[in-house]
Amino acid sequence: MKPLDPRLLRHAAAARRQLCVAGAIGVAGAVLTVTQAFALADLVTRPLQASGAVRLRGPFIVLAAVLAARTVLAWAGEASAYRAASAVKSQLRRALFRRVLEVGPVRQDTGSDGDLATLATRGTDALDGYFSRFLPALITAVVTPPAVLTVLATQDPLSAVIVLVTLPLVPVFGFLLGSAAARRNREQWSTLTTLAGHFLDVVEGLTTLLVVRRATVQVAAIRRAADEHRRATMATLRLAFLSSAVLEFLTTICVALVAVAIGLRLLSGRMDLRTGLLVLILTPEVYWPLRQVAAQFHASGEGLAAAGRLTQILDTPAPAPARGAGLPVPDLTRASLRIEGLSVDYGRARPALATLDLRVTPGEHLGVAGPSGSGKSTLLAVLLGFATPSQGRVLIETADGVSGLIDLADLADLDLDAWRSQIAWVPQRPWFAARSIAENLRIARPDASDEELDQALRSADADRFVAALPGGTSFVLGEDGAPLSAGQRQRIALARAFLRDAALVLLDEPTAHLDPDSEQVVAGAVRRLARGRTVIAVAHRPALLADADRVIDLGLVTAGAVG
Amino acid sequence: MRAARTARPAASRLVLGALAGAGALASGCALTATAAWLIVRASQRPEETALAFAIVGVRLFGITRPLLRYLERLVCHDAALRMLGELRATVYEHVIPLAPARLHAYRRGELLAGLVADVDAVQDLWLRVAEPVAVAALVSVFCTSLAAWLLPAGAAVLAVGLACAGVIAPLAAAACSRRAQERLAPARAALTTATLDLLRGAPDLIAAGAARAELDRVEALDDELDKIAARCASAAGIGSALAAMGAGIAVWGCARVADSAQRVGHLAGPTLAVVVLLPLAAFEALAPLPGAAVLLAHVRSAAARLFALLDEQPAVAQAAITQPLPQGPYTLALRDVRARWSAAGPLVLDGVDLVLEPGRRVAVTGASGCGKSTLGALLLRFLDPCAGSVTLGGVDLRMLCQDDVRRVIGHVADDAHVFDSDLRENLRLARPDADDARLVEALRRVGLGPWFEALPEGLATRLGQRGGALSGGERRRLALARVLLADQPIVVLDEPTEGLDPASAQAVVAELLDAASGRTVVMLTHRPEGLDLVDEILTLTGSGRLRPAPAGLRPADAAAYQDAVAARAA
Ligand SMILES: Nc1ncnc2c1ncn2[C@@H]1O[C@H](COP(=O)(O)OP(=O)(O)OP(=O)(O)O)[C@@H](O)[C@H]1O
Ligand SMILES: Nc1ncnc2c1ncn2[C@@H]1O[C@H](COP(=O)(O)OP(=O)(O)OP(=O)(O)O)[C@@H](O)[C@H]1O
Ligand SMILES: [Mg+2]
Ligand SMILES: [Mg+2]
Repeated sequence: MKPLDPRLLRHAAAARRQLCVAGAIGVAGAVLTVTQAFALADLVTRPLQASGAVRLRGPFIVLAAVLAARTVLAWAGEASAYRAASAVKSQLRRALFRRVLEVGPVRQDTGSDGDLATLATRGTDALDGYFSRFLPALITAVVTPPAVLTVLATQDPLSAVIVLVTLPLVPVFGFLLGSAAARRNREQWSTLTTLAGHFLDVVEGLTTLLVVRRATVQVAAIRRAADEHRRATMATLRLAFLSSAVLEFLTTICVALVAVAIGLRLLSGRMDLRTGLLVLILTPEVYWPLRQVAAQFHASGEGLAAAGRLTQILDTPAPAPARGAGLPVPDLTRASLRIEGLSVDYGRARPALATLDLRVTPGEHLGVAGPSGSGKSTLLAVLLGFATPSQGRVLIETADGVSGLIDLADLADLDLDAWRSQIAWVPQRPWFAARSIAENLRIARPDASDEELDQALRSADADRFVAALPGGTSFVLGEDGAPLSAGQRQRIALARAFLRDAALVLLDEPTAHLDPDSEQVVAGAVRRLARGRTVIAVAHRPALLADADRVIDLGLVTAGAVG
Repeated sequence: MRAARTARPAASRLVLGALAGAGALASGCALTATAAWLIVRASQRPEETALAFAIVGVRLFGITRPLLRYLERLVCHDAALRMLGELRATVYEHVIPLAPARLHAYRRGELLAGLVADVDAVQDLWLRVAEPVAVAALVSVFCTSLAAWLLPAGAAVLAVGLACAGVIAPLAAAACSRRAQERLAPARAALTTATLDLLRGAPDLIAAGAARAELDRVEALDDELDKIAARCASAAGIGSALAAMGAGIAVWGCARVADSAQRVGHLAGPTLAVVVLLPLAAFEALAPLPGAAVLLAHVRSAAARLFALLDEQPAVAQAAITQPLPQGPYTLALRDVRARWSAAGPLVLDGVDLVLEPGRRVAVTGASGCGKSTLGALLLRFLDPCAGSVTLGGVDLRMLCQDDVRRVIGHVADDAHVFDSDLRENLRLARPDADDARLVEALRRVGLGPWFEALPEGLATRLGQRGGALSGGERRRLALARVLLADQPIVVLDEPTEGLDPASAQAVVAELLDAASGRTVVMLTHRPEGLDLVDEILTLTGSGRLRPAPAGLRPADAAAYQDAVAARAA
């Protein structure tokens, strides 16, 4: 974690702009600091000079101008900092969201959903402090000390020398402070996101936890974890704050050294009061910004830690076949699927799917059976472009009607978005948006009419229970399809697929959770749906397998026989 | 304000922190004042002794400033961490009894934002609003008194400047941003929710080509946050400009009155320096105030959201005086039970009678949505009947402590959760004292033996979010392994064989329904597997009553049905 993370500048154009704005404000601030010191020194010392004709109008006007300019700068600095922070946050968030969708559903190293959601919201919000406090402090620290030092050198070389000699002490302690703070911020941040991920997991599994009487134990665990975290953090902080205190004390001593030198010369009359006072007003301005950087680094480091984590995610190249290579996609109503030696391996002693050879002709209704864990869902994931084969490939074979030539395309080379637009899929564990049933259905086809929704619901045997819900299709679901029963949820998921009107239909246990009557209705609808489409249906139950043109058993395939 | 009470675990620390903070800043002011006096006095070449007092002062304040600041930071951070931990645990504590009946009214993103962002905001009330205000007030009083002692007119000017920076600036900033800040907490929660939707729904959304539309939704919420931020940026700008103006008024005005006083001989040179330079130091304490004022509206709305969550009433309340768990063996009896999920909702169960003597095993079938899982929820006391009673060993469930009920009655839900940790932890939930051998044995009994053997990391294998690294049937069986481990005398199995192939399903239910174990079992199912192993098959009708299963669905017939299924599958 660097104070000025180049990755942050790279990923957020707004951060680069703000760096320039803050730089300009910092330079103006340094000029004002020096000018103000001159004006104040004049105002304090001129009245004391014996000469009768004291002309103070000049310094008063200068001081008024400086103070007015400060007011304007304060406004510009603050407003631009917050605005920039907002823009940067937005840019980072959007980049993260895009990345999430690019990587697709198989995310591995990016952290849990609760972690990511917290990163995108609370994490980026912590950048406010970075832009409004840390960055200005950093720029002031870069600009002001050299400027002031130059002025000091012209006014009183001895003081300038003392400052120059003592100045290197500041970075040493600043570094100690900064590295401790950086470590703590990173820890703090990862504790928070872990906590968030954990909380989400617990909330989702709360019913399960209640059943095993482990829910209240969680509260005690949280308290204990929080307490341990506090202890650990305070240990680090004690060190950080101590070095900060030592730093402050040191700079006070440095200023005192300068002051003593001035005082002695004043006492002996070797220096005039105006210069002495000017130097004394200016000297702290050399140390103060440096101290401030160290202090703010600690205060706004959380945002930096979060941004670091975010840019790290954005910088890791997408591992999965993100979009595919983008070749145009053959028309699936006429193309056959040819699966050759397909294996998917998750690093277990047994591959999830091993050397599967399979050919599915257009319009075929293929049943896929096999024991639990034999790779049925994995096969569908490969066809959707979600899982990457460790060996083998999926080819799409199109016979050219005119020339009779056969055209082969590898799924990995295709434009996956276009490929998926020809697919309807009922996952084994469907996702539901916490929106109305109609909106949930329209995820499959946004432009579907109300009649089409009703038709799809009828096909899925969902029309009657939906009609009984308050508001019918405008009934708003909760998380995970609550409060619908398991079978009701399944039927909504099925209705989605019926609505989709796609050339290739992938069904993963479509009649799970259904009673035998509903199962019959759905089986009939699948039969009708299958006309003119290719259907690959994973099923354990005879009702659905009976309708298939052909059934392969993946348990047998993995065992060596060919389906 | 209720948020005030959240500070209880750290109240004394906060007061100490504020005092130390004020002390540090006052030391800073005093340091500037004494140093200015000293330098001017020195230029007048007085006796050394005339300076001694001031020299001691400079040394003293030079030491107390860093020391007190150190103390302030340490104490305040400690207080903040204490409050945060306590408040987070409290949120947890209140969310737990809401599951499952009340929890689905809340979006998970809202809950997450509540735990993370709202809790932070409420804590900000102390560290970023109350403490700075207290410090600023103390320092202002100190500096004004000091100035009044030296030059009353200077004090008046200083007071005007302080009022501008410490009262007008914060009020103006707050007024400009109040409406925006009130929208902030809900907007953040909405964004968290939408982000979670995007993450959770990614497979379905990408497959359906709806990802782009979903992204647009999220970005619209992002725009809303951006608008709020723009509003707050202007407010912050106005606040700091007014604060700088206040400081300017004080510095310039003090210089002016000091100059006039000096002309008429009311002010000595060194004191003049003090009056001119003191305001510069005084305003450091006021810098955080506009920000604090802006924050206050946000804190209020976040606190309101948090307290609304904490005030939600659970669906089942713990009895004031609970009865001790009776001795086993347990007879579970439902008498004329009626149940609904909400006061306005329809009756899902309408007159259910069922007596389960120890060791009795029944299957309950019925159309999807007829209320089988609701029946399970009643037995686990996730829901109380609105009429009739459920008794365990003769004691009404409502009179028992909820954990006691679940000590006796086990449950496998139709969507049992797999936690984002390793296999061992997921199993141990059900029996924390179980050793590895026992866990592995449970896996074997539900048919996960071969799967387990293929895991290179064994029990330490991480199962992914919501069990993402497991197949559907493996998830199901993991949940069943848990109930075997917990080994309660009564178990409710909700669709135990769903997602399993017929052979695995048959083997698993045989294990669960093993008569030798003496377990009382209620199996809610649509599937034929296991129907031949139970003592009785019941059907829950659409009107919410339990009836004996229709002819053709008796345990004896079920075996024949099974054979037919097997024959067809072969
Ligand atoms: N992300 C993953 N990481 C590791 N292993 C995985 C992952 N996804 C699946 N597996 C493993 O791959 C195997 C095949 O899984 P898959 O989901 O394809 O099975 P399935 O045939 O659909 O089973 P079921 O009928 O139970 O749904 C399983 O043993 C599973 O544990
Ligand atoms: N938490 C809840 N709040 C409100 N209504 C609910 C809740 N849970 C279930 N319901 C409703 O109660 C009815 C019965 O649901 P239940 O889950 O008991 O059915 P089920 O018989 O288990 O069905 P399935 O076989 O599909 O699982 C359904 O109409 C459902 O929508
Ligand atoms: Mg599967
Ligand atoms: Mg159910």
